[in-house]
Amino acid sequence: MTGARPYRTAYVNARLLDPASGLDARGSLLTEGETIVGRGPDTLADGIPDDAAVVDCDGLCLGPGLVDMRVHLREPGAEHKETLQTGGAAAVAGGVTSMVCLPDTDPVIDDAAAVEFIARRARQIGLTKVYPYAAATRGFDGQHLAEMGLLAEAGACAFTDGARTIADAQVMRRALTYASTFGLLIVQHAEEPSLAANGAMTSGALATRLGLPGIPREAEAIMLDRDVRLAEMTGARYHAAHVSTASGLAVLRKARERGLPVTCDTAPPYFALNELAVGDYRTFAKLSPPLRAEEDRLAIAEGVRDGSIDVVASDHSPQDQDSKRQPFAEAAFGGAGLETLLPVTLQLYHQGALDLLTCLERLTVAPARLLDLPAGTLEPGTPADLVLFDPDAGWRVEADDLHSKSKNSPFDGMPVQGRVFRTVVDGRPVFTGEAR
Amino acid sequence: MTDMPRYPHRHLLGIQGLHPPEINALLDLSERYAEQNQGADKKDSTLRGRTVINLFFENSTRTRTSFELAGKRLGADVINMQVATSSVAKGETLIDTAMTLNAMHVDVLAVRHPDSGAVQLLSEKTNCAVINGGDGRHEHPTQALLDALTIRRRKGRLEGLTVAICGDVLHSRVARSNIHLLNTMGARVRVVAPRTLLPSGVETLGVDVYHDITEGVRGCDIIMMLRLQQERMQGSYVPSVREFFRFFGLDYAKLANAAPDALIMHPGPMNRGVEIDSDLADDFERSVIREQVEMGVAVRMACLEALAANAESSAGGAA
Repeated sequence: MTGARPYRTAYVNARLLDPASGLDARGSLLTEGETIVGRGPDTLADGIPDDAAVVDCDGLCLGPGLVDMRVHLREPGAEHKETLQTGGAAAVAGGVTSMVCLPDTDPVIDDAAAVEFIARRARQIGLTKVYPYAAATRGFDGQHLAEMGLLAEAGACAFTDGARTIADAQVMRRALTYASTFGLLIVQHAEEPSLAANGAMTSGALATRLGLPGIPREAEAIMLDRDVRLAEMTGARYHAAHVSTASGLAVLRKARERGLPVTCDTAPPYFALNELAVGDYRTFAKLSPPLRAEEDRLAIAEGVRDGSIDVVASDHSPQDQDSKRQPFAEAAFGGAGLETLLPVTLQLYHQGALDLLTCLERLTVAPARLLDLPAGTLEPGTPADLVLFDPDAGWRVEADDLHSKSKNSPFDGMPVQGRVFRTVVDGRPVFTGEAR
Repeated sequence: MTDMPRYPHRHLLGIQGLHPPEINALLDLSERYAEQNQGADKKDSTLRGRTVINLFFENSTRTRTSFELAGKRLGADVINMQVATSSVAKGETLIDTAMTLNAMHVDVLAVRHPDSGAVQLLSEKTNCAVINGGDGRHEHPTQALLDALTIRRRKGRLEGLTVAICGDVLHSRVARSNIHLLNTMGARVRVVAPRTLLPSGVETLGVDVYHDITEGVRGCDIIMMLRLQQERMQGSYVPSVREFFRFFGLDYAKLANAAPDALIMHPGPMNRGVEIDSDLADDFERSVIREQVEMGVAVRMACLEALAANAESSAGGAA
């Protein structure tokens, strides 16, 4: 018996993909306890240690587990839609090993006790690691700053009013200014609320034909434009969540060219679908921000390609049947996304827009760096959070087969490529899919 | 009359623009009054026959009392005028007030006003000498002078000291006057606050900016705490009292980083447990807060005397 030595696992015969170091090569990876201790073409060239468990990867891709920086987990307060347990199960099935949950719960995550509750529950469940955002304003009132310093000490990784926009310019200015005192990041759902009020889908010919109230694309660009100016004025870090329009992205691109510390993410629906998905009043395609026109979809895909969109996040927004089986205008916004994050993003690879390593970069090391999370890399010494996947394996999204408690996928019925076979968190396998 | 250097100006509207000899002249004179105030007979007749009016457009107990006592100890006739500022067109009223005062032949006017620049406007419209008792967030020169006097008596100098001014610098006239005075006298000034409580471009006033009080007070000789108004710590500028105290309030642990003989000052009134730990505020080894109040009377006596003397000499010159 080797006594105190932690268990070891050898992943052999893998295509190692590590966007952080640019590694894309056949080789092996060795984990010891919770940590990666070696990886590369020459790792384990001298043989596999006797005490190590062996996982034959059969030539499949082994990369860092995905880091999903925008997930609604609905616990506490709406456990009928999702819980930390069911959300965790959906995440590991999607290859996600770290996720950042939004504070849009009941009660809102705006005090240290709530942050600690999430962290403790996620540890007990032991699936995907969960890092909470905390509210930027107290109870999302849009007026009074939350205790960002104390919340950050408790473990909040950034500050956002979640699905709500911080609308008041003076409040946003102070939130940015106060956050920058501690070097903290503000994440904004950028949508001018007065323009979006009562809207159900993006404005345009289709909304007119369907007779649905529209949300103009300008609602996004106007808010982003304001926020970029406030970020410049305050010198604060600013992150725009789920960018969905060409004009909004143009605002951010220009800010970036001027050297401002401004970043953004988008979600797969915004580069994989357009407003036509709403079709015949399909409420599963009712998202916030709404699905946009084809030219917007193309611009967002291009943004992911050229890096002006830093991160792809699932924007997982589980909604129960009662919330979605409604007349379109009454139905809740949001789509489940954890389990389709990888395959839908891989569409960009299959279309030839970007290579596999870059695709993975947007899903792993980019969000990890942005939020300073210990994740997203295969570097020895880092946590053994891994995903083994076949980028080519095809399957059809069937909402009823999703692990998420809510089944509201906007991709329901869509054929996709990219299948997760094993997800590892801290050296422990937490998901194993059936072999081909 | 005296071979001491004199304060040469007609008014005392602010510290900005004063030169070291002018500041020293007022401090030296204040020093003499500080001694006089500690004696049994605190009263003299320097300002006998003169009229001093304390014109306060803002509620104040301590500053008004301090000016009143200063005037009375110099033998002047002192009148307090408390003026409500609400519900009147302020600009017009202020000029009207000046005209009224001119008709009363006032000699020295001590004014506090909630609007920056209002005291200067009044000084342009009245015939008397004007002391700024605090205008908006602009200046509070007698506070800076009494702080300087307190420091000088404890440390023997101002030059070369490192002073941290902590808290709501944004809204503070005390901070601005102190920054000007301390910089003029060769001290090194830091401001310590969350960025929401710092005015934009504060570093152009010649201060080093800190956002962490533990670092901000490191090695400091003097720590000046500022008052944080209740309405500003409920989420508008600062999320909460407990967060402010945690990161920017002064307690023994944070004080341990300052110089071993560092002194703590506060212009009052204090918020115990908000900007300063209650025990620390009462620690007479470290806190000179009571001494500041004592020096306030001496400084205001010196200012009244200097301005009255200047008014007399210019009147004499004209005659």
